[in-house]
Amino acid sequence: MIPQTFEYTAPKTLEEALQIIAGGGKPLSGGMSLIPMMKLRLAAPDHLVDLGRLKDLHYIREEGGALHIGATTTHQDVASSALVRGKCPLLAQTAGGVGDPQVRNRGTIGGSVAHADPSADYPAAMQALEAKFVLKGAKSERTVAAADFFLDTFLTALEPGEIVREVIVPVEDGSTGTHYEKVVQKASGFAVVGIAVRISRKAGKIVWARVGVTGLANHAYRATAVEKGLAGTSGGATEVQNAAAVVADGIEANSDLHASAEYRKHLAVVHTIRALLAALARTA
Amino acid sequence: MATTIAKPELLVGKRLRRREDPRLITGTATYVDDIKMPGMLYAVIVRSPHAAASIKSMDVSKAAQHPGVAAVFTGKDTEKVGPVPCGSSLPGLRVPHHYILAPERVYFVGHPVAVVVATDRYVAKDAADLIEIDWDVRGAVADPEKAIADGAPPVHPQWPDNKAFTHHQEGGDVDKAFAEADVIVKQRITSQRLIPTAMETRGVVAEWRAADRQLNLYSSTQIPHLMRSLVAQMLGLEENRLRVVTPEVGGGFGSKLNVYAEEALMGFVAMKLGKPVKWIESRRENFLCTIHGRGHVDYYEVAAKKDGTITGIKLLIIQDLGAYHQLLTPAIPTLSVLMMPGLYKTANIRADIIGAFTNCVPTDAYRGAGRPEATHGIERMVDILAAELKMDPVEIRLKNFIQKEDFPFPTATGLTYDTGDYSLPLKKALGMVGYEKLRAEQAEKRKKGELMGIGISTYGEICAFGPSPATPAGGWESATVKIDPSGKVTVMTGCSPHGQGEETTFAQIAADELGIDIDDILVLHGDTAIVQYGIGTFGSRATAVGGTALYFALQDLKAKIKKFGAFLLESDDATLAGGVVTCNKTGASKTLQEIAGATYRAMKLPANTEPGLIATHFWEPTNFTFPFGAHIVVSDIDRETGGITIRRYIAVDDCGNILNPLIVDGQVHGGVAQGLGQALWEEAVYDESGQLVTGEMTDYVLPRAHMMPWIESDHTTTPTPVNPLGVKGVGEAGTIGCSPAMVNSVVDALSPLGVRHIDMPMTPEKIWRLVQGASSQEPVARMGERL
Ligand SMILES: Cc1cc2nc3c(=O)[nH]c(=O)nc-3n(C[C@H](O)[C@H](O)[C@H](O)COP(=O)(O)OP(=O)(O)OC[C@H]3O[C@@H](n4cnc5c(N)ncnc54)[C@H](O)[C@@H]3O)c2cc1C
Repeated sequence: MIPQTFEYTAPKTLEEALQIIAGGGKPLSGGMSLIPMMKLRLAAPDHLVDLGRLKDLHYIREEGGALHIGATTTHQDVASSALVRGKCPLLAQTAGGVGDPQVRNRGTIGGSVAHADPSADYPAAMQALEAKFVLKGAKSERTVAAADFFLDTFLTALEPGEIVREVIVPVEDGSTGTHYEKVVQKASGFAVVGIAVRISRKAGKIVWARVGVTGLANHAYRATAVEKGLAGTSGGATEVQNAAAVVADGIEANSDLHASAEYRKHLAVVHTIRALLAALARTA
Repeated sequence: MATTIAKPELLVGKRLRRREDPRLITGTATYVDDIKMPGMLYAVIVRSPHAAASIKSMDVSKAAQHPGVAAVFTGKDTEKVGPVPCGSSLPGLRVPHHYILAPERVYFVGHPVAVVVATDRYVAKDAADLIEIDWDVRGAVADPEKAIADGAPPVHPQWPDNKAFTHHQEGGDVDKAFAEADVIVKQRITSQRLIPTAMETRGVVAEWRAADRQLNLYSSTQIPHLMRSLVAQMLGLEENRLRVVTPEVGGGFGSKLNVYAEEALMGFVAMKLGKPVKWIESRRENFLCTIHGRGHVDYYEVAAKKDGTITGIKLLIIQDLGAYHQLLTPAIPTLSVLMMPGLYKTANIRADIIGAFTNCVPTDAYRGAGRPEATHGIERMVDILAAELKMDPVEIRLKNFIQKEDFPFPTATGLTYDTGDYSLPLKKALGMVGYEKLRAEQAEKRKKGELMGIGISTYGEICAFGPSPATPAGGWESATVKIDPSGKVTVMTGCSPHGQGEETTFAQIAADELGIDIDDILVLHGDTAIVQYGIGTFGSRATAVGGTALYFALQDLKAKIKKFGAFLLESDDATLAGGVVTCNKTGASKTLQEIAGATYRAMKLPANTEPGLIATHFWEPTNFTFPFGAHIVVSDIDRETGGITIRRYIAVDDCGNILNPLIVDGQVHGGVAQGLGQALWEEAVYDESGQLVTGEMTDYVLPRAHMMPWIESDHTTTPTPVNPLGVKGVGEAGTIGCSPAMVNSVVDALSPLGVRHIDMPMTPEKIWRLVQGASSQEPVARMGERL
């Protein structure tokens, strides 16, 4: 429970921060994942660069039909933001179910997606929302889609020297119903499986569906087969069941103390059905 | 002229808030880690990463040379200290020598092998990482049944069968009972290993004052005086040169009812270096190295008549002891045997225990210590028998209960139950839950294939440990009460409360007895330099035994106050009431304050009377006490996921007289939390090689506030004649009553699928698999096969 020696800097500007990071500094955001790993000596960064004091990374605003959320925005701020709750309810619901109040008050959206824990909640929503991440280095800036960002367990498209600067999620229109369904691993608070769903239904027909799945595989993914199965249907119970049945097809499911691969896959199906029904109930 | 004295309000029985809480909730309490001393050093302990290995070589030179390091000690340096004591003495018990640091061979992951002492804990930890150890890794065994099977790797090479002891106990005529039985039910029932997980981990500060030849040891413990006696022995120090201080203790649950290697080790380090030294256990160390609880595999057989009368019980306990005996390790399963008949009249019992060494951290007392295992077993078996006979679980219990008029009741296991009226809490609980209506609802739900369960447990337990001959270190308790010249009162109890609230309840007792304001009373404990010798706080004993010692010390003092008051009033007929002595003839009176002042001023003394107002009483109980109660759990099962929802939790506990209902409720709630923890979530999992898989809070599922059901708690009151307070004890009741009620509830829910038993913890996956695999006949057959 005692970390190794490290240096700590709290830069005043993003430029300064990116410079130190370019030189090998390790970004520290809410510290809810990094600090425990350091205490267990599973991580031993030489130099921590605290992003927490950078005011210009902490914001939620609507711009060009999308919500832009700064990397150091806490889970609590996302969960309680009237803007997010009104325009991107899936994200607010997901953030509100992360860990416990202490964790939500410290942990940040940028830290969570950058960490890419295969059981984290946000990544499911990011896949379902087709979110975009603005990645910034000392001399570069690029935007990567969620589908291309989560690569493997704790592995993302971030290059050395880059940070997640901003997360961009869509503003839902009136036809969309959303829901996040989570089976909690009771010791850690993370998801055994988590299913994030968005459905657009017009005139009784599902126009499109998006399904993001976390906890099941090495990284969160979009269950496109489920989405296809739903499109064009009216979203009746049997149609939902049939579509959800394939959510874990072809997935090499995680297996641990808390759930075997077989049980996880089963849970994924059950909770996809539940998430879809809940989201459908919220469509106009 | 008679003065009328307002009768002071009696406090015993009142819902008083705890006097210890302000310092706890304002964060001003002093725990071991809050102690700082000039020049203090910090220790980090190097531990074995292997469950079974020998040290081929160890190189500490880099660590010793690391800047800031004061010293490194290994098992070679500390060979003469110790051993870590085992306090239980079963016939034929094999006791491995338990070094405070392993000099050569290690027996479990976390076994200490060296200590690094440095200017701060960061430096010490960095240096500890520099120690190089070449290990010769051996085969390990982490499962008690595998350990005693042929061909298992020996934990201790000198005892290849891995059996530390066997124990046999028999009462009545079991063979006859089984031969004449109409029905026999059998079941293997486990009580898994649990990690006690006190919020405050262990910690020790040792300070050696060489010039005074005085060692001060601050430790987070439940037993300061026993620790003093034992650590003095381990260090070869005269007992009066060792002072043990117990600052605030952030929970124990039995895990601090022990003397560990680290207490002697810190004493050794402080004495060697002549500087104060602190060691604070990390959470990971706490999981790996502080005792675990439970660890039973039980084989039950119950014989009965067609009408449900239980005629005999056979029990084989395989106890996972771990690699060593800590203070009470081998004694714990013997408590299970004592309580194996539960509340039922059965005259015929046979019990065998096999104590199995494994390459795991030792098991020992954990909230309930032997009684939850016993209660779980018998309460499960009674339900299994009821199912076999198609009887209602209530009916079978009522049929077999020891009746009110049978007390004192001698059990087949050699105990004498003090008092009881077992149908009382059961009937109350049934009324609270609305049993008949729930059964009707359940019948409706079953028609629709919905899974709803009603689980009952009627538990009994042993409290107030206990008569000295029946306990390893003396079962009495002590109290001193001193009244200062100003009339203010200090109570010193030999108990060592650490969350049980005796600073409040003991003050309530003293306030009522002396007839004074509770704010005039201070309760002290946990410092061997201040408090007379005592035993400690465990086994739901503090109020029943320590409170009684206090009661008698107060009677002595009252006699003296009255005598002195009468003397001052020159009265031969006086009464003490409301903190005032009044002459019954003249009505003249003296307050406690006036009398106290006079006893110290001692201008004149009654004949044969010493100055001062102080009394000490050591109280030896004549028996244990036997609380009881009924818990009922209503649960709903999600067929699709195996998830369990607790709809209702009813707890009706009879702990004798209640001194403070608020504190009793708190004890029941906490106990139920830990009972549910065992039933639903907690399990210390070791893999085949002896690695603790649930080594972190992120994997060990501890109950949290938001996971708790609403507990509907009530009481019946059946006082004990064993002590004048009529109190029995309640610290462990919740834990003991809970787990069988919870499991019975889920088994009841799944019974239409043919399920007869589920081992704990009842994880959703386990339930889901049972639902998946269920066919109505199969499980009964499966049960037969296993035995
Ligand atoms: C008790 C507990 C329970 C939890 N329960 C849940 C849960 O239920 N669901 C869940 O999803 N999560 C859970 N978490 C994790 C929590 O959500 C963390 O907040 C999150 O994983 C990491 O965010 P952070 O801001 O704390 O990042 P940090 O811990 O500061 O950093 C995490 C990693 O990301 C890097 N990093 C941080 N910010 C950036 C950035 N802007 N750009 C690039 N790299 C960056 C860091 O260098 C580090 O490697 C829990 C954590 C705890 C302690």
